[in-house]
Amino acid sequence: MGILDQHKKIETNVTLLLVLSFFVVTIGGIVQIVPLFYLENTIEEVEGMRPYSPLELAGREVYLREGCYVCHSQMIRPMRDEVERYGPYSLAAESMYDHPFQWGSKRTGPDLARVGGRYSDEWHVQHMIDPKSVVPESIMPSYGFLMNREIDGQYIADLMRAHRRVGVPYTDEMIANARADFRAQADPDADHTGLLERYHGAQTRNFDGQPQLTEMDAIIAYMQMLGTLVDFTTFMPDESR
Amino acid sequence: MADDDKKKPDGEATVPEGPRPPVEARTEENLVDPPERQYAEPRKVLRQKVAPEPPTTGHSWDGIEEYDNPMPRWWLWTFYITIAWAVIYWILYPAWPMVSQATPGILGHSTRGDVAREIEDFETRNAAWFERLVATEVAQLREEAELERFAVQAGRAVFAAQCSQCHGAGAQGVQAGGFPSLLDDQWLWGGTLEEIHRTIAHGVRNEDDPDARWSEMPAFGAEGLLDEDEIDQVVEYVLAMSGQSHDADLAALGAEVFDWNCAACHMDDGSGNTDLGAPALNNQIWQYGGDRDTIRQTIYFSRFGVMPAFSERLRESDIRAVAVYVHQLGGGQ
Repeated sequence: MGILDQHKKIETNVTLLLVLSFFVVTIGGIVQIVPLFYLENTIEEVEGMRPYSPLELAGREVYLREGCYVCHSQMIRPMRDEVERYGPYSLAAESMYDHPFQWGSKRTGPDLARVGGRYSDEWHVQHMIDPKSVVPESIMPSYGFLMNREIDGQYIADLMRAHRRVGVPYTDEMIANARADFRAQADPDADHTGLLERYHGAQTRNFDGQPQLTEMDAIIAYMQMLGTLVDFTTFMPDESR
Repeated sequence: MADDDKKKPDGEATVPEGPRPPVEARTEENLVDPPERQYAEPRKVLRQKVAPEPPTTGHSWDGIEEYDNPMPRWWLWTFYITIAWAVIYWILYPAWPMVSQATPGILGHSTRGDVAREIEDFETRNAAWFERLVATEVAQLREEAELERFAVQAGRAVFAAQCSQCHGAGAQGVQAGGFPSLLDDQWLWGGTLEEIHRTIAHGVRNEDDPDARWSEMPAFGAEGLLDEDEIDQVVEYVLAMSGQSHDADLAALGAEVFDWNCAACHMDDGSGNTDLGAPALNNQIWQYGGDRDTIRQTIYFSRFGVMPAFSERLRESDIRAVAVYVHQLGGGQ
């Protein structure tokens, strides 16, 4: 009899069945996943991307902790209506330093991928304290308590080390200066040269208008840089995507 | 149910009730033929067609065997069609990963290309209108009915995407944030088409645009320009000026404070000055709120409302369209 009749051997031998099943699933996985790591039209390098500055990273932690991603996506899809409303569609490379990425899957609120620079800091503060006061139809809850939660960046270097473990290119210099950079970004009177060298284009000012450094500073610093790193006036998208 | 219970199962002969009749002796006279056959002819049964037992796969587990029935035809054909469809799809669309790129497919499909083409398509369709918007003098934009109609529709879309977040979906403004209403005929920086256009293009008190509207009210309390009493007096005077209930004695004193400190920008009668972005104080329209506490807050700490310069974000035609939209909302001058 032919080879097809040999399957009784596999079906009656659990170990062999398990080993061969694993083998088949592995092939399927390799065929689907591996090309994504080397195909030129799936890995697109984009100029302008940099790791998050310490304060932005802290703001991102607040974003995760408060579950903002449950109602807000950070992923502008390549469709005309989305591009008209939110700006250029998101590129995969724009999430390269996000661990985990914040694409989200539900838009109860608007997409935030390019919210940076769209509103003033004052608007953000007012909106966080009482969303309905600026957007009457909003159902977003209040996050005014962020104004009262002071932060000092005690663990920010550890967080950056954790991100370095998973591939974010934080240098030793960045980590050594993490806490200083953390404070400097929200202090308009500080010396920003080191910070700006390490994180080009970082915005430095007192984000929440209060003298002390709070989680509100951090989340607004994060909001104001979202989607601003890539210069789309010079970026030429590769069409083969 | 009770009736059903009494019924006898089919085929069982009914036994008459009562005493059994005596068996008659068998005689020539009472001999009868046997009844007709009630069951099938045995040879007929043998000739009947019976579906043959399907073959088995030959597997046997504890004596249980597995039938090797064929697949239902409809299922099998659906399966073949999906295979054929996959092959067609590989040919038409990007599919197989090769060394540096996936096979592109003969349709040349590209998600990014589709968006670019779609946007391009709308651009070319509207290009003539956009050109007319830019070519026409700003002050003349509402002269031609057709052009105005286009500008209002285009401006509505721009407003929804760019302006409604602060000025409200209906342009009614948001007092809590100090975002002025655009529906009334009170203007901080002027309500003509040209002035509205300039405010949108260059913004207010932003540091990105050198032509931004700029003025700054001093923080009379925080900077110590007025003492507490003087502030109380001028608050009452502003309340009086806007026709609200006030303390007349304090207001009388406040009139002098106002003349010295406020009238230069807000004018003697409190009618405001659109060259300086100084709002009118002699009416009931308030940017930040007109109650006693809010007025005091404004005088003590001042305000610093900011609006971004949209010349960096929008095209000239979009700015003109939204200027027309705002102008026609009700308050345009």
